[in-house]
Amino acid sequence: MHDFSCPLPSADFNHSRIQAGHGSGGKMTADLIRNIFQKYLISDGLAQGNDAAVLPIPDSTGRIAVTTDSHIVAPLFFPGGDIGRLAVCGTVNDLLTSGAVPVALTAGFILEEGFRISELERILKSMQMSAVEANVQIVAGDTKVVEKGRGDGLFITTAGFGWIRDDFQPQGDLAKPGDAVLVTGTVGDHGMAVLCARGELGFQSDIQSDTAPLNAIVEKLRQTAPSTHVLRDPTRGGLGTTLNEIAVQSAVSIEIDEQLVLVSPQVRSLCDLLGFDPLYVANEGKMIVILPEADAEAALSAIRSCKYGENAAIIGRVTSAARPGVLLKTALGTTRILDSLHGEMLPRIC
Amino acid sequence: MSLNSLSAFRDRDRAEKLIRRIKNRLTRSWMIMEMCGGQTHALLQSGIDQLLSPEITFIHGPGCPVCVTPQSTIDKAIRLANHQDVILTTYGDMLRVPGTDISLATARAAGADVRVVYAALDALTIARETPNKQVVFLGIGFETTAPANGISVIQSARLGITNYSMLSYQVRVPSALKMILDAEDNRVQAFLAAGHVCAVMGTAEYLPISQQYQVPISVTGFEPVDLLAGIDQVVSDLESGQWQVQNAYSRSVSASGNPAALAIIDEVFEPCAREWRGIGQIPDSGWKIKDQFSAFDAEKKFDLAVESEVFDSVCIAGQILLGQKLPLDCPAFARNCSPEHPLGAAMVSSEGTCAAYYRYRREYA
Repeated sequence: MHDFSCPLPSADFNHSRIQAGHGSGGKMTADLIRNIFQKYLISDGLAQGNDAAVLPIPDSTGRIAVTTDSHIVAPLFFPGGDIGRLAVCGTVNDLLTSGAVPVALTAGFILEEGFRISELERILKSMQMSAVEANVQIVAGDTKVVEKGRGDGLFITTAGFGWIRDDFQPQGDLAKPGDAVLVTGTVGDHGMAVLCARGELGFQSDIQSDTAPLNAIVEKLRQTAPSTHVLRDPTRGGLGTTLNEIAVQSAVSIEIDEQLVLVSPQVRSLCDLLGFDPLYVANEGKMIVILPEADAEAALSAIRSCKYGENAAIIGRVTSAARPGVLLKTALGTTRILDSLHGEMLPRIC
Repeated sequence: MSLNSLSAFRDRDRAEKLIRRIKNRLTRSWMIMEMCGGQTHALLQSGIDQLLSPEITFIHGPGCPVCVTPQSTIDKAIRLANHQDVILTTYGDMLRVPGTDISLATARAAGADVRVVYAALDALTIARETPNKQVVFLGIGFETTAPANGISVIQSARLGITNYSMLSYQVRVPSALKMILDAEDNRVQAFLAAGHVCAVMGTAEYLPISQQYQVPISVTGFEPVDLLAGIDQVVSDLESGQWQVQNAYSRSVSASGNPAALAIIDEVFEPCAREWRGIGQIPDSGWKIKDQFSAFDAEKKFDLAVESEVFDSVCIAGQILLGQKLPLDCPAFARNCSPEHPLGAAMVSSEGTCAAYYRYRREYA
């Protein structure tokens, strides 16, 4: 037996090329944005570090919220949604996190040569229905076609804007020690629905994506908890990663109780089989709400009265901490770190 | 097993009952090694290690297939992947494991055709759909993956497929266990054997080891109640001065293993010595593809001579895999070694001990 050294690779650290993990929504994505994008792209809006930028309107006391989002999903149609509904809801929900009332969206379509018009029609119909549900208009669009093999059927890029109407203006850096942490329903549904729909795992399931516009829930919050501190939708990277982002932005510790986070039995079972943690699986119809403890119960009842909010629950609280991060109380009563997602989540080997 | 049945093995009342029972048995401190990375993660994720501390110290064993796959195997896979006629397929976890210069993920980003599959048969499907390319599956793992990897070779032979082969690195638990027990500074007093491995192999191989070294061994699953049941068994033996092989995972493991899986292994593989990353050569610790299937053995089919350079490193993964040190003892841990920038494979894999400590115990670093 020779010496116990584990070989050190030297050249692989610098990530001189984009890797799949850079799109995971976890730490690699955050590093890419911080180290590469923010080196060149600098603005007041980006500096806010939120899902939507809030900008002043000249000669007016009003403000506008602006966001953009790109949508790539395989397959394009999955139980509970499709890329069109995903594009509309994702953009609307990002606007909602800033407290804005969403008004209008634009959509750019990159179509691959050979893509079926009938599928495009299904997607557009779904977009229009979702836009009506979310009470927004799709007001401008653009279409480009790439050669066969140079796209994956269809990519959609959206932009959205909304008005900030009042003092209801949650931001990622406003979480305060003592605040309650609430999630508007079960976690992990979207990611597992899409994974199953790919058919690569040989599993069939009846898991439905939670893709939905959350206007009604946020409107209720505006009424019952106007001093809500943070709203954030836990999409890529899941609840665990999004809570970590908030903890860092607000320089606080967030403590959640594993047993209070709802996971549907189907999602739980599939995650168990694959070795996934549902706390890192994507959601497209959920909101994390961080608000003063005194408002929490009223907000919870109000959210539960809304469509898409029936399973809302208070899952933890914000505490002060020397080192920002997320702590998880396990079912056995012990406490451990709940870290951000690293790279991609992969099925276990054995 | 029904899909919803696992919740019973996470039940707080059952777990607390077992913890009380174990604590009541304890009259002194013990060192128990859980062999498998999946067990390590489950212990740290649920906090069982904290609940039984300080009386029980868990020493984390080398049962992470990604962690022990040697650098030279990664280098060979990269060499194959860089060939324009080759599609290199493997498990997703293998992509970020550092080779001498780069990882498969870096090779893929630079243009190599590297594809993630969930099983060897998926790679075989790619081979059938892409007859003008050579499809190589980097098939690694312990006894758990051997049957599924082996069946792809049998299928290829039956179907007369000429563009599929496997770069195989299969390792086996029992020899590693003996090596740990033979070490002069061994501190391990009992083992928790991995349920998934024993579901394939059965428990018979562990009997002579338990007898020869007078060490209790219990086969466990991966949920808190499974682990606690196994810990309870070995603690009971330790406290009464006995040793035996017990099965705390009988819903999945039978004494004789899975005969169909064993038949596949027997048909395709034969025992061999294997190099374990960070540990070295261990005799009779793996399987290689039998000569009759040479046409499907990438090592024989292609010229794969590589010069793998072992760098001096602060990484102590070898000692960690042998249970001699903890990740927290490593000067690089959570400083210049993290899952994004792993210095060693134990930080890469979702089953690696360093990755487990990084995820669940970093605050103590």
